[in-house]
Amino acid sequence: MQPLFRSRRDRLDRLRRQREQAVEAAAKRSDVPAGGSQTCPGCGRECQNQELVKTEYVCPHCGYHLPIGAYLRLSLLLDPFTFQELWPSLTAPNALEFPGYEQKLAAQREKTALSDAAVVATGKLDGRQAVFAVLDSRFFMGSMGVAVGEKITRGVEYAQKHKLPLIIFSASGGARMQEGILSLMQMAKTSAAIERFSQAGGLYISVFTHPTTGGVTASFASLGDITLAEPGALIGFAGPRVIQQTIGQELPEGFQRAEYLEEHGFVDQIVPRREMRQTLSQLLALHRKGVLHR
Amino acid sequence: MSNLAAAQRVKIARMPGRPGTIDFVHNLFTDVFVCQGDRLCREDPSIFGAIARFHGKPVTVIGHRKGRNFEENMKCNFGMPSPEGYRKAQRLMRQAEKFGRPIITFVDTPGAYPGLEAEERGQGEAIASSLALMSSLTVPVVTVVIGEGGSGGALALAVGNRIIMLENAIYSVLSPEGFASILWKDASRADEAASVMKLTADDLYRLGVVDQVIPEPEGGAHVDPRPVYAAVDKAITRHLSQLSREKDLAAHRYQKFRAMGAVREEKET
Ligand SMILES: [Zn+2]
Repeated sequence: MQPLFRSRRDRLDRLRRQREQAVEAAAKRSDVPAGGSQTCPGCGRECQNQELVKTEYVCPHCGYHLPIGAYLRLSLLLDPFTFQELWPSLTAPNALEFPGYEQKLAAQREKTALSDAAVVATGKLDGRQAVFAVLDSRFFMGSMGVAVGEKITRGVEYAQKHKLPLIIFSASGGARMQEGILSLMQMAKTSAAIERFSQAGGLYISVFTHPTTGGVTASFASLGDITLAEPGALIGFAGPRVIQQTIGQELPEGFQRAEYLEEHGFVDQIVPRREMRQTLSQLLALHRKGVLHR
Repeated sequence: MSNLAAAQRVKIARMPGRPGTIDFVHNLFTDVFVCQGDRLCREDPSIFGAIARFHGKPVTVIGHRKGRNFEENMKCNFGMPSPEGYRKAQRLMRQAEKFGRPIITFVDTPGAYPGLEAEERGQGEAIASSLALMSSLTVPVVTVVIGEGGSGGALALAVGNRIIMLENAIYSVLSPEGFASILWKDASRADEAASVMKLTADDLYRLGVVDQVIPEPEGGAHVDPRPVYAAVDKAITRHLSQLSREKDLAAHRYQKFRAMGAVREEKET
């Protein structure tokens, strides 16, 4: 009996250490600027960073939702010490041998301390275990190449295997141009994984954040059982500039914003950032019996 | 296989006289019954759909339609579908599944239409749900890229168990013009973009995206389309026969797309 207990205790110790290290690493990589201020793109007023941390990066003057990084997003949602990142070192090679792509990737990694534009993790929200995937618009505009497609797909498969609900926060300029056709194929790959998960009875909550366009809108982000959006988020397939060039006229006020999508039937609810955790908690609770029990 | 530069193939792929979906339908299928409308909003002529016979057996045929003269071009929006087109395609795919018919799709589009109404009616959702549906179909799906395979608007008809591509067809994440204007802020560098995008049939075969490349006569399929029709007919026949031995076609399709794109990972301790 003695050796069995010891090995179990060792394993628990090891798991605890891993968790602590993961949290520490997340804190280190979090993107909260210490001091100073920034100009709100919504109203143009100065916002103190200290204040923004408290308001979850929502402008205290006008309610504009400033884009936030993946780790910060997760820290706003997850119960303390439950964060466990999945496949953190996963990257994709320059399969198309696109000139200069490796250097660009290296510069993005240096700038953001991310390995690519998606962070996938498992953790608890209000005591309920779930799989979370978050796109980070600071890394190549959150664009989807092979690494993002693979991480999302693995996240979906992980949720299915472990019978967990899945929550994805999208923020993306679309496909990663430098990975060409392989980027395009990630749309099919991720959508196929979501469809399988759905047929197995899994709950998938998709949250659009600013901005989500192109191949991400046209794949997994539009396939949620529940679709939420942050206020004012730009959401579309084609970008506004391309549309304007195509039709040769000014676009109406509010076009492709979250409120516009809600009005046209593509979003269940617009949820302000500061209510997101509570809303997700409610939805997870409502689906407690429906999470992959088929 | 001839040794043309990628930019030359882009021009051939877009040539107005190049055989389109309708030409392939007339030459490969019999008993064609055209199906129209998405049952939700309207009929989008930029996606053609029909029930027909292929060597006597009922199949469902779906493909992008550009139109063969200016009037038709206008009607078909130059082959750029709206959400209604994709929703019609979905309807016909579900119907094919219901009746156990194999699905043949022909891809030839500059891309999904980037217009105001298309966005209003959910272009992104229409493409996404097409991808999800196609991936899970229990009947065989064979896709033939015959001209331009432009972006998500092409992929929405191309989640097949087999992807066949004509030698001078192109298939890419974005048009070379769009690619050049996004990456270099200069659409006039499209030829240069074409050369680095890996969008030719040969490139895509090497990348594992395409299963078979159909050779074209010198100058392109429009010069003499008959051998191309014959070769595509033969290829579809062969692939359908191979797929008929596949037990789980949805799983086969899942694995096919699951494998696209290699990744690197450090050993986690
Ligand atoms: Zn403001």
